[in-house]
Amino acid sequence: MDRLEEGLRKTFRCGKTKEVGWRKAQLRGVLKFVAENESKIFEALKQDLGKHPVEAYRDEIGVVKKSAENCLNNIEKWMNPKKGKLPLLLFPSKAEVLPEPLGTVLIFGSWNFPISLALDPLIGALSAGNTVVVKPSELAPACSSLLYSTIPLYLDAEAIKIVEGGSDVAEQLLERRWDKIFFTGSPRVGRIIMSAAAKHLTPVTLELGGKCPVILDSFSGSDFKVVVNRIAGGKWGPCAGQACIGIDYVLVQQKSALILVELLKNCIKRFYGDNVKNLQSICRIVNKQHFERVCNLLEDPGVAASIVYGGSFDRENLMIEPTILLDPPLDAQIMTEEIFGPLLPIITLDKIEESIDFINERPKPLAIYAFTKNNKLKKQIMQETSSGSVTFNDAIIQFICDALPFGGVGQSGFGRYHGKFSFDTFSHEKAVLHRSFFPELEPRYPPWNDFKLEFIRLAYSFNYIGLLLHLLGLRRLFTPNRSR
Amino acid sequence: MIWCTAPMSVKFWPNGNNIRQISCTRARNNVFCFHKNAVTPENSNHSFVVEKKMAIIDDAESVVKELRSTYTSGKTKSYEWRISQLKAIMKILTYHEKDILEALRSDLNKPEHEAFVHEIAGVSSSCKFALKELHRWMKPEKAKTTIITFPSSAEIVSEPLGVVLVISPWNYPIYLGLDPVIGAIAAGNTVVLKPSEMAPATSSVLSKLISEYMDTSAVKVVEGAVPETTALLEQRWDKILYTGNGKVGRIVLAAAAKHLTPVLLELGGKSPVVVDSNINIKVAARRIISGKWGCNSGQTCVAPDYLITTKEFAPKLISALTSEIEKLYGKDPMKSHDLSSIINGHHFDRLTKLLDDDKVSEKVVFGGQRDKTKLKIAPTIVLDVPEDSSIMNEEIFGPILPILTVNKIEDSIGIIIAKEKPLAAYLFTNDKKLKEEFIRSVSAGGMAINETNLQLVELNLPFGGVGESGMGAYHGKFSFDAFSHKKGVLLRNFLGDVTARYPPYSSRKLQFLKAVLSNDILGIFRALLGR
Repeated sequence: MDRLEEGLRKTFRCGKTKEVGWRKAQLRGVLKFVAENESKIFEALKQDLGKHPVEAYRDEIGVVKKSAENCLNNIEKWMNPKKGKLPLLLFPSKAEVLPEPLGTVLIFGSWNFPISLALDPLIGALSAGNTVVVKPSELAPACSSLLYSTIPLYLDAEAIKIVEGGSDVAEQLLERRWDKIFFTGSPRVGRIIMSAAAKHLTPVTLELGGKCPVILDSFSGSDFKVVVNRIAGGKWGPCAGQACIGIDYVLVQQKSALILVELLKNCIKRFYGDNVKNLQSICRIVNKQHFERVCNLLEDPGVAASIVYGGSFDRENLMIEPTILLDPPLDAQIMTEEIFGPLLPIITLDKIEESIDFINERPKPLAIYAFTKNNKLKKQIMQETSSGSVTFNDAIIQFICDALPFGGVGQSGFGRYHGKFSFDTFSHEKAVLHRSFFPELEPRYPPWNDFKLEFIRLAYSFNYIGLLLHLLGLRRLFTPNRSR
Repeated sequence: MIWCTAPMSVKFWPNGNNIRQISCTRARNNVFCFHKNAVTPENSNHSFVVEKKMAIIDDAESVVKELRSTYTSGKTKSYEWRISQLKAIMKILTYHEKDILEALRSDLNKPEHEAFVHEIAGVSSSCKFALKELHRWMKPEKAKTTIITFPSSAEIVSEPLGVVLVISPWNYPIYLGLDPVIGAIAAGNTVVLKPSEMAPATSSVLSKLISEYMDTSAVKVVEGAVPETTALLEQRWDKILYTGNGKVGRIVLAAAAKHLTPVLLELGGKSPVVVDSNINIKVAARRIISGKWGCNSGQTCVAPDYLITTKEFAPKLISALTSEIEKLYGKDPMKSHDLSSIINGHHFDRLTKLLDDDKVSEKVVFGGQRDKTKLKIAPTIVLDVPEDSSIMNEEIFGPILPILTVNKIEDSIGIIIAKEKPLAAYLFTNDKKLKEEFIRSVSAGGMAINETNLQLVELNLPFGGVGESGMGAYHGKFSFDAFSHKKGVLLRNFLGDVTARYPPYSSRKLQFLKAVLSNDILGIFRALLGR
């Protein structure tokens, strides 16, 4: 561990990672890695999570490819110093904000998107010119080992290290001093990471989760079908609901609930099939422990009674059927904890506007999805609720929108990334002020007197005419009644 | 340094509720210990101490509860409310300039001129800037969307974080107290300001004026020392901004970790100033003097801590510095009214100890006079102190300037980067190459070339540290951003629902996705046509 950290610091000190050429070469390396190892990645994801190649491309390879390309196209622009405007008073001088790499950073990947949630932050760290340790999740062992064995062939091994291992390795890593820690995972581990970081004053970005709700206004006809497609796609599509921005539950008016359930049922049958032994195009649960956790959510008698579709599972293959619950008890675990699995509670309300209070009574989620054509409701949701992001009339796709910051607030985390925000997350914005030796303003210096105080007063209000008069000793002539 | 007992207090106060429930029995059995010098269980003094602590915790809890309910009511989100509070701060500054200047004289013996420039004018220019720009800052920012999410539109909405805590230091008790509050209010938060107890007059002026002029249901001052701060840190905040030292910074960060609260830390560090020989020596000397001694006698987080110059140039520079110091502060600077005092006896002793170190005392080339009764230390220069002396290993935060000499000015960079990252780094030179090399190689919160401290005044520059000098930045729009959450909002309609997103998956869908994600329009058509 000592050697690892010292090696990366040495590489950083030598300065090569600051060069734009080096950064671009690494980004191309990432692109080459996903291009040349597509089938290996598909295979590893199949093994770890039963992820179908289309889903794998959509949520992992495609995401990485798009991020790396976006970075490559914009990196020079991002690296340029930003000019700051300066008041005339400081003339002649120049101010700029210069992004500089933080140093040696640590990234914790997550098992649900083991490729994209490891490589997407890595792209940010590399584009900002840092040296990096990535620790992929040990719960997705095939992907972890693929990254470990293959990444060094594509990226500068002196500057990028993949460290495999479980919580013991993570603990060892956390004892070291990093210049930034980027973590994707649960609030519980998030607290541990942040406490460890506090010892070294290390800034952290925490990408956590939360119960992301859908607010569903009334719809009819073909629009309703599109809505239901998007809800089903947002719930069971990304890793069978094991996604931080996956839909957790749906808020809907009483009168629409039954139609919603019917349409969702059809959707599930069409998308995934109706036999738990034979489900297609859906991920399995990552491991036995999580399988039991998700199944246990259904144990509560009140919850079990609320199942309107599904509820069966295949322990051997770690498969849980897409399951719909109608109005489970609100104090049951399924409604107090993040579900992180293929169960979808539907909560009915008298009026859709009540959803705002419902959401505000709970911790801030990473995402809110609202399906509505009502502009008043849209505005209300935007202003009166708080969440990492809000998406209207769709789900999940905000994740691939590089122009939007991706990150939580409150219990769903802090810090943001994607696109330029990734670059910023791994950069320090250094303020630089350039001055020349001429001219020099005498009133800046002691011994202090009233003349100098008045000068400063005028200077701070940028009253240039007053300043001139004051310097010429004429100010009193023009402002005879000014009392002090 | 500021709250030496804080770590212990944090450790012994798991959380407010527990303590209250168990207080009676536990206090009696002395199972629970609040303080190192806690007395025997039978001693009534002990239960008094316990009761007092209970009261402090209750106070902290009720303050947060009230602010949270104000925040939930939504009134702090309106543009009008924010403007009214910013205007209230302007009123405080305008109507009570004299009260503030007097408090600063009493706490730090701060010269009125310095107090006006650094504290009052600093806050008022921030406040005016916020008043002028707020409507622009609050506007959602349009974000471009790509073909991947077509058709859609996107924007980034700034929303307040909620209930925030500002813990401010004693060296600029007005500026570093109110400047963050301006940001917090501009962003629409409710806020608690905890001023430093080491500047008691200013703390009480702030408390009085804020409760008189501002909306007390949303902006509160909590006065007090370690117990009060500890009790505040136990609460759940939506952001904490702390200005001070790294030791307490770690405590704040660890306390915040329990609630997943983001933290902005403004710490300090040993900010170097490098002086090349090809410069206007008089202007450089004056700018260094004004940054070091003219800013609260060196008790400033961005003040030059030590100076590096060449062996050859050092004598000239020292003579320029000393003659300018005499011009600015008189032959006997101990008699000058234009120099601040040291904050208290504890810091006075700390500084004299640095100076009386055997390795240092013989290196004094200028100054060195001190007067404990007045808490004054004269501007002091020490030349070529050893690298391992404590004066070169801790932040000085006082009127002592060590000068290190090197053979070549370029060697200074190596000395600087071997130390922790400072909050500021300064360079005086006319050599373009050196300047570029310095900016490139030295990492620091901020930098000024041929100037000191002024990067702080510039509202278009972010102010914040890196590494040991802190995390996060504020000032101007950066303050607004520091106290806002940037919410990504994506708006879609129901056209263009692409089936390739949905199962059952097929290779055709894969081909289509690949084309879309690489912005390959032709590829999209090919996939749609099935070729």
